[in-house]
Amino acid sequence: MDRVPLERKVLSENDRVASGLRARFQEHGVLCLNIISSPGSGKTTLLERTLESLPRHDRVAVLTGDIQTENDANRLKRFHFPVKQITTGGTCHLDARMIESHLADWRLEDLDLLLIENVGNLVCPSSYDLGEAAKVVVLSVTEGEDKPLKYPSIFFKSDLLVLSKTDLLPYVPFDVNTASENARKVHPKMEIVQVSCLAGGSLQEWMTWLEARRRAFSSGLQEAVR
Amino acid sequence: MHEMGIANSVLEAVRSEMMRYPGSHPCKVGLRVGEMAAIDSEALRFCFEAMIQETELASLELAIEACPRRHRCRSCSRDFVVHDYDSRCPQCSSLETTCIGGDELEFAYLEVEENGPRTLGAKGTE
Repeated sequence: MDRVPLERKVLSENDRVASGLRARFQEHGVLCLNIISSPGSGKTTLLERTLESLPRHDRVAVLTGDIQTENDANRLKRFHFPVKQITTGGTCHLDARMIESHLADWRLEDLDLLLIENVGNLVCPSSYDLGEAAKVVVLSVTEGEDKPLKYPSIFFKSDLLVLSKTDLLPYVPFDVNTASENARKVHPKMEIVQVSCLAGGSLQEWMTWLEARRRAFSSGLQEAVR
Repeated sequence: MHEMGIANSVLEAVRSEMMRYPGSHPCKVGLRVGEMAAIDSEALRFCFEAMIQETELASLELAIEACPRRHRCRSCSRDFVVHDYDSRCPQCSSLETTCIGGDELEFAYLEVEENGPRTLGAKGTE
């Protein structure tokens, strides 16, 4: 019997495709964000409000994943940006190959920002690199404050935590400080913003983060060219 | 529940690795799975067993090494295991520590055995 070392990751094939995507995003100056949450945390609503507040000429596109139906794409298409639905047919997460095939007929040079809405699931999407510049995790205030401790992987790997549905804070026993502390126990450098997507609610913290991230990304690209 | 996909990736990798060892068969594949990898080892084992049944890999054993979250202190360079999300350095109490392990999902080794009297190629005896 011989034992041979195997120096590779289990998902090396996914990682290979994801690295190719990341290189293409970099080459064409596309900031890609992978948005992940439990089902019902408000990813699609956050995207609706985001698209609504971006200028019409902004070079933004959305890929939205679900197990079945085109419902989310239909909701998001109303804002006249390119939107494509990825129906996984049962798979509980998006993988890099799905992103690659759904990008095939879009010209990346026409985009500056690609928002990917992952399948609603706090566990499995965290294992699959999609070539994104950052993962964003959404947690609604109707969920438990201890979710970051219960599902550490995705909080560990995300750059930003979006606390959503904050308009409900007066009605639910959710303590923002406890949730934030839990998120930072798992990921000490976690950035945290609060949003309310209802009419009259504020997206401002999220839009400020997004704008800053886009600026940092494009100045990083200019640095790289110099 | 994405362990079925993970098990499939493991088997694909074993099959492709075995092309380098003609005349041998794989006995055991070792994985390292970090506690932050979002993988349920028991579910992975269950999927793995289900997928190898009645295939040429039916006797393949799966060994999973669980890897704890480990940090390194930026002040005193001490490496330590993080318990209960407490990432403070146990030696100097600094909070400036960096994660150096715990999200692994990688192969460790493959054990192969010759089918007949042939010996393994140079790669296999390294």
